[in-house]
Amino acid sequence: MNGFLTLLYKELLRFWKVGLQTVFAPMLSTLLYLLIFSHALEERMQAYPGITYTVFLIPGLVIMAMLQNAFANSSSSLIQSTVSGNHIFMLLSPLSCQEIFTAYVLASVVRGLVVGLGIYGVAVGFYELPLYSFAWVFVFALMGTALLGAIGIIAGIWAEKFEQLAALQNFVILPLTFLSGTFYTISSLPPFWRGLSYLNPFFYMVDGFRYGFFRSSDVSPYLSLGILMACFLAVSWGTLRMLKTGYKIRK
Amino acid sequence: MTSAIEIRQVHKRFGPLYALCGVDLEINAGEFFALLGPNGAGKTTLINIIAGLALASSGSVRVMGHDVVTGYREARSMLGVVPQELVFDPFFTVRETLVFQSGYYGLKKNNSWIDEIIHHLDLADKADTNMRSLSGGMKRRVLVAQALVHKPPVIVLDEPTAGVDVELRQSLWRFIRQLNRNGHTVVLTTHYLEEAEALCDRVAMLKKGSICVLDSIRNLVSNISEYRIRLRLSPGTLPAALQPLTISHDQGCYVLAIEEYSQLENVMAALRVAQTQILELQILQPDLEEVFVKIMHDAESLESASA
Repeated sequence: MNGFLTLLYKELLRFWKVGLQTVFAPMLSTLLYLLIFSHALEERMQAYPGITYTVFLIPGLVIMAMLQNAFANSSSSLIQSTVSGNHIFMLLSPLSCQEIFTAYVLASVVRGLVVGLGIYGVAVGFYELPLYSFAWVFVFALMGTALLGAIGIIAGIWAEKFEQLAALQNFVILPLTFLSGTFYTISSLPPFWRGLSYLNPFFYMVDGFRYGFFRSSDVSPYLSLGILMACFLAVSWGTLRMLKTGYKIRK
Repeated sequence: MTSAIEIRQVHKRFGPLYALCGVDLEINAGEFFALLGPNGAGKTTLINIIAGLALASSGSVRVMGHDVVTGYREARSMLGVVPQELVFDPFFTVRETLVFQSGYYGLKKNNSWIDEIIHHLDLADKADTNMRSLSGGMKRRVLVAQALVHKPPVIVLDEPTAGVDVELRQSLWRFIRQLNRNGHTVVLTTHYLEEAEALCDRVAMLKKGSICVLDSIRNLVSNISEYRIRLRLSPGTLPAALQPLTISHDQGCYVLAIEEYSQLENVMAALRVAQTQILELQILQPDLEEVFVKIMHDAESLESASA
């Protein structure tokens, strides 16, 4: 096995060994959201014509869980390593910045996809969810988790204490995902809030992902994809710079 | 022949603080080399720069001829580093840790070598134990094993025996010495000077970020111009002529400092004249510790003189 594949495998094994916490716990909490929201709001809300609120909600919850777990994977793995100091084993090896970056991002993508697939698998057992285009669904799942995996690398390296990482997760990542149209379509929002939503990159992930199921969305999926790709390129460039200059990890 | 490690004018600054001020050092292939110095002298910083864990502010470092920045892949595969801190990944077992470390270096079928180092470091019983449940000494062995997993020609050990019991220290050094005999270059930092004296050919002493001494241990010790003799005499009878040489005395035991062995005759003569009976006589060889203390002290007084 080459160095890159070893690191990828190690990162996958790391979350899989504690799968109860990293895969099943987020699946359970997301399914609880679904259960509770569908019970409370089913009769009162309709987002898209002809689609019940619960069914509308499923893709949003799936991508939200995927994004949060993709972020959690790279960021928590890195902060655990840097706090305990065992990241030096990776730094002592001949692995390049690109290899380290790709391994962490891919592990995040895989964890996101596993969690998302789990939720989807359970949800379609109970509700009839259309699937317009698997390709769109997959592309947005991939872009979203990769982007969050890369942001997680930055966060994991930047944070020096678990508290800082938790703050980032609770005050930035969580609000942005909740306010991205997971639970509603932004066309139902007042103009000011709708305008603000367009500035939230998470909105494009949710909107594009949902398009893959329902063939309707607030903005064109091509626009969403373009914006996400631009974000991913920018974040990747920043992350690679950080790794290359050794920001906080090679003193 | 290429040097194992070649350090050229390395400076390292942390903000306004200079951790290393222009270090030049060449360590030959096959050498057993010690890097000594008090805490905070810059030993670990220098090792981190060699290992690529820190970046020099200026200057260059080569490992087996490969620059640690521009040729980092080659340089790092030539180098095995045992860090000072007991770090480990709590998710994995000893064997998993070693297999992953080996994989980072792109080694595919490395299991027989991994088995061999597990055996040599007495880790066989613990191979499938999670890192978290190992004792400190065992974790230290795993660190050594990790550094050796890719068979690096150059091995750097940063205080590998700090907080390690006598038995492990002995077995560790036997193993490292064996590696050195097989051609590996070994560089170590240690606070146990007798360890450096017993194992190493040459030493560099670092003080406040500069190398103040670089020589073979034999030269250093033989250059020290003072020998000591310890005498136990019949009670209370050190002749007055010998009083100026005394550096300490305790219950009939006197330690005298002499500059060369020929002075010993004068001491004996004085004792004979005074008809003092010698109950015990011991010549104390200067050791590295004395050299170390003297050099560190000299460097300090030189500094305060120039200040």
